[in-house]
Amino acid sequence: MTLPDPNQHRYIPNADQDVKEMLAVIGVDSVDRLFDSIPNEVKLQRPLEIPGPWSEIESRRWFRDLAAKNKSAVDHLSFLGGGAYAHYQPACVDQLLLRAEFLTSYTPYQPEVSQGTLQSIFEYQTHQCLLTGLDVANASLYDGSTALCEAVLLAERVVKNRTKIVIAKSVHPQYNETVRTYVQNLGYEIVEVGWTNDGRVDIEELRRACTDDVFAVAVQSPNFLGVLEDYDSIATVANGVGAVKIAVITEATSLGILTPPGAHGFDICVGEGQAWGVPPQFGGPYVGFMVVRDALKRHMPGRLVGETVDVDGRRAYVLTLATREQHIRRGKATSNICTNEALIALAANIYLSLMGKEGLREVAWQSMQKAAYLRDRLRAISSITIAFGGPIYNEFVVRTPFPAHEILRDLEHDKILGGIPLGNFYPDHKNDFLVAVTELHSREQLDRYVSVLSAAISRELR
Amino acid sequence: MTPEDSRYAKSHEYVHIEGDIGTIGITDYAQKELGDVVFVELPKVGAQLEQGDELGSIESVKAVSELFAPVSGEVVEVNEALSEKPELVNTDPYGDGWMVKVRVSTPEEADELMDAEEYEEYIEKEAGK
Repeated sequence: MTLPDPNQHRYIPNADQDVKEMLAVIGVDSVDRLFDSIPNEVKLQRPLEIPGPWSEIESRRWFRDLAAKNKSAVDHLSFLGGGAYAHYQPACVDQLLLRAEFLTSYTPYQPEVSQGTLQSIFEYQTHQCLLTGLDVANASLYDGSTALCEAVLLAERVVKNRTKIVIAKSVHPQYNETVRTYVQNLGYEIVEVGWTNDGRVDIEELRRACTDDVFAVAVQSPNFLGVLEDYDSIATVANGVGAVKIAVITEATSLGILTPPGAHGFDICVGEGQAWGVPPQFGGPYVGFMVVRDALKRHMPGRLVGETVDVDGRRAYVLTLATREQHIRRGKATSNICTNEALIALAANIYLSLMGKEGLREVAWQSMQKAAYLRDRLRAISSITIAFGGPIYNEFVVRTPFPAHEILRDLEHDKILGGIPLGNFYPDHKNDFLVAVTELHSREQLDRYVSVLSAAISRELR
Repeated sequence: MTPEDSRYAKSHEYVHIEGDIGTIGITDYAQKELGDVVFVELPKVGAQLEQGDELGSIESVKAVSELFAPVSGEVVEVNEALSEKPELVNTDPYGDGWMVKVRVSTPEEADELMDAEEYEEYIEKEAGK
């Protein structure tokens, strides 16, 4: 007898004989017949143009060369922000994530065997409530953008029979786009509200947009231009039409120093928790958070962990308010999300526990002070303006007389990732770029940025 | 016992009509089947309901169920006490555990509903299933 060659189809476990036998059982003579329902004209009538087959060694080499083309924030001085931020990550965050109990566990249905996971989620939720000034947090969502989508859908469940969503144009443009994707077949209208010269939501325009068919008003603070919004004025306008007020946060460390949206009467706070102990990484995984007023908790999506007592009166944690969920409530569920970003939420929980009240304030204070230092030094350069005058946290928009991508490409020669061209998101802002500063930047690095940027502008002026 | 002065829907809501006002709640049989009620979601005053419309939902320790309007009409009052004491639905379904009052727009709809005797036969069959 001949044994099959184990190397022949290393990554494809079915030997030819297996395939033949399976086809015989279902009465089809070839694998191609399984795709008969796809019209011939859309089928690729030739083999895929891919090289290989390669050995593992060759494959690794190819991927290594590809990865080497990346410019990473590790070997560059980076001022990139715009929704993902490099903050100090205590070494033990990653180390604790490696614990197999956390790394491998799935949704904890059974409290009798999942107290550790449940407790960590409960702690995470508690942190979210404390930081946002709201009452009930869920066990996390995929990321900031989808958390905003879920908040919008939640708002519609609360304020029924209305069709309009008002979103500030200064909410992260990719979040805006994700909301459009989510609601595109639900018959809702999205109205974008722009900003005034100081970079804050145009309250007059907001007032005009807030008609009585609006069910949700969403703003971001600090917004995508880095500017802090006036929550109170926005809340007043939204209250006038009884819309649910949603605050979006993409720079989570800002909550270490700013008054939380809950304290300004906002109903829902959603955002991206990456800044809490997770390094910026292309494609994630990140973690979305959602916190709501108590009155909205039954309309919330996602898992919720609650504290209770066991038969002997000892503290215990369980999944709670599960009656919202699809496995119980079927088509009427207010939550069709069973998955959460438990591991990244755990990273956030460990980070927040370690930093504590003082540490979080320190991170926020340093980020804010250093950003103000850089902004003021840049403003002193004659051909640079700071595009928006409103108050900032750790990010601001720089304007020069030249296209932003040219300036930024020049900075890359000096191993500086100098910012994000705003024109990528707002076409009429080609000369603007967004600069983010965190506690990781030293004064020497900020001074170097100033001198390299002024040199780049001088070259353009010549 | 099932009160004689009310009408009953197959989905276990009752309506007790006095003048043009119909008081709506769920039956004693329904509350027993649901178990301990922990939350009742009710419509806003002024809401217009058609017979069979979803008027709210009731959450017990076992499940969440939809409530349906047994007759058409405008909601004129909701039982605010249920937000603090949802258990009134269990302890006094036909009295303090009422849910909404509507101004009945089509009184003849009530005739299509069951009377107490018919409802008791109906739940006997339901229980036997």
